[in-house]
Amino acid sequence: MNVFSVQNVSYSYGSKKALDDVTIELEAGRFCALLGPNGAGKSTLFNLLTHLFVTREGTIHIAGHDLARDPRKALARLGVVFQQPTLDLDMSVKWNLSYFAGLQGISGAQAKGRIQAVLERLDMAERADEKVRALNGGHRRRMEIARALIHEPDVLLLDEPTVGLDAASRAAITDYAHDLADSGLLIFWATHLVDEIRPFDDVVVLHKGRVLAHDRAETLAGDGRLIDAFTALTGGRAGANGREAGG
Amino acid sequence: MTAYLTALKAIVTREAWRFLNQRSRFFASLVRPMVWLVVFAAGFRAALGLSIIPPYQTYITYEVYIVPGLVGMIQLFNAMQSSLSLVYDQEMGSMRLLLTSPLPRGWLLFCKLLAGTAVSILQVYVFLALAAAFGISMPAPGYVYLLPALVVSGLMLGALGLLISSTIRQLENFAGVMNFVIFPMFFLSSALYPLWKMQESSKLLRDICAVNPFTHAVELIRFALYGQMNWEASGWVVLAFAVCMLGALWGYDPARTMFRPKRG
Repeated sequence: MNVFSVQNVSYSYGSKKALDDVTIELEAGRFCALLGPNGAGKSTLFNLLTHLFVTREGTIHIAGHDLARDPRKALARLGVVFQQPTLDLDMSVKWNLSYFAGLQGISGAQAKGRIQAVLERLDMAERADEKVRALNGGHRRRMEIARALIHEPDVLLLDEPTVGLDAASRAAITDYAHDLADSGLLIFWATHLVDEIRPFDDVVVLHKGRVLAHDRAETLAGDGRLIDAFTALTGGRAGANGREAGG
Repeated sequence: MTAYLTALKAIVTREAWRFLNQRSRFFASLVRPMVWLVVFAAGFRAALGLSIIPPYQTYITYEVYIVPGLVGMIQLFNAMQSSLSLVYDQEMGSMRLLLTSPLPRGWLLFCKLLAGTAVSILQVYVFLALAAAFGISMPAPGYVYLLPALVVSGLMLGALGLLISSTIRQLENFAGVMNFVIFPMFFLSSALYPLWKMQESSKLLRDICAVNPFTHAVELIRFALYGQMNWEASGWVVLAFAVCMLGALWGYDPARTMFRPKRG
């Protein structure tokens, strides 16, 4: 059974259709990039996946739970890293993680153990007592990923998590996400940067609210570059540096 | 059930911690009512004659009369500031974090309300201690009876703030809400003058004051400070809480999509 299933989902803002009959099925242990230029509908899809929006058209299942019928069970299986930072800057790393554990209903020794485990997993254990304000952008992002893992989800959503980071931090975050996929988690990663995608990753190309392609990156790229395949699909033009699906 | 209480504890602790770390907010929350009490009330006492009205059993000075209104004002400001932080949180994303928790949304919002109320109660007791230091004190048991009244009035005003926050899309709109909510609610109430005094100048104004839920919150607080229960006021306050809370739940329903302006 697929751990992540979006079937025939549409969503409109008034008369403007933001998502049009979107279907995406994904298995556990994969890294799937949701590739699309700004305005493609990525954020709308993320808002639907996190239950901040609801739609009557189509269904979403997370780990077998219908998000519309049983949102609490579905959300419990979902980890989310939002595009905007959602940290309390003057609290310590540990404080932020404990707050999140509390929101998930996890407390006491269990919370402590899981916080320690996720910090170690993301190589952040030695920063646990520092204030978030003292961390650089890359470490803050890493912390948000650690936080999204505390409740041991099956699916991890990341909405353009490398925005605003330098090249080294971007590479590190991308590596961590791939490692998590290798450990059995499904990573669903929205981006418009093709260099974050590896040949064996799944790629869903979203453009103007429609899924134009869904395949392995290497299959989509064929003999050429992924960015060229993306450009051909969307009828746009590649970014100047050849890595941006800016259109 | 423990998951619910764990979330409650996390939200209340975060709110209290944030408040204590915002020293300027703490300071402002005390200076505002103290200025009213020490400056405004002192000047006004000569101009306003008060007769004996329940719950008072003897003549009281204007400073004594105004204390429950100022307690209400602390809670009103606090509720509006909490909703300001909700609007801010919505934009900064922490509201998203809260709303994607697997606990029921109604419970999470209620926790947020309780957290705001707890902070306001902290402010109220510090204010009352300062007032007592200035020689304006209430009967000792009144400080204990006050606590449940503060919980109810704090929840009601918090729910109003929550309702407002669910309908505001942008931060800059909030200044207007302060002007259109806080000031009318405060001045059109029994906080500064008793209703019979208001009636002497205008019956219409008196009637507006009488339906203002803030009036009832202030009266609930006033009676509680003298160890008395004002059933009518508490009924109105509970009713206003229920209406605002239902409205807020409606406003935060995902089908209403409060995050709509952000899309892509």
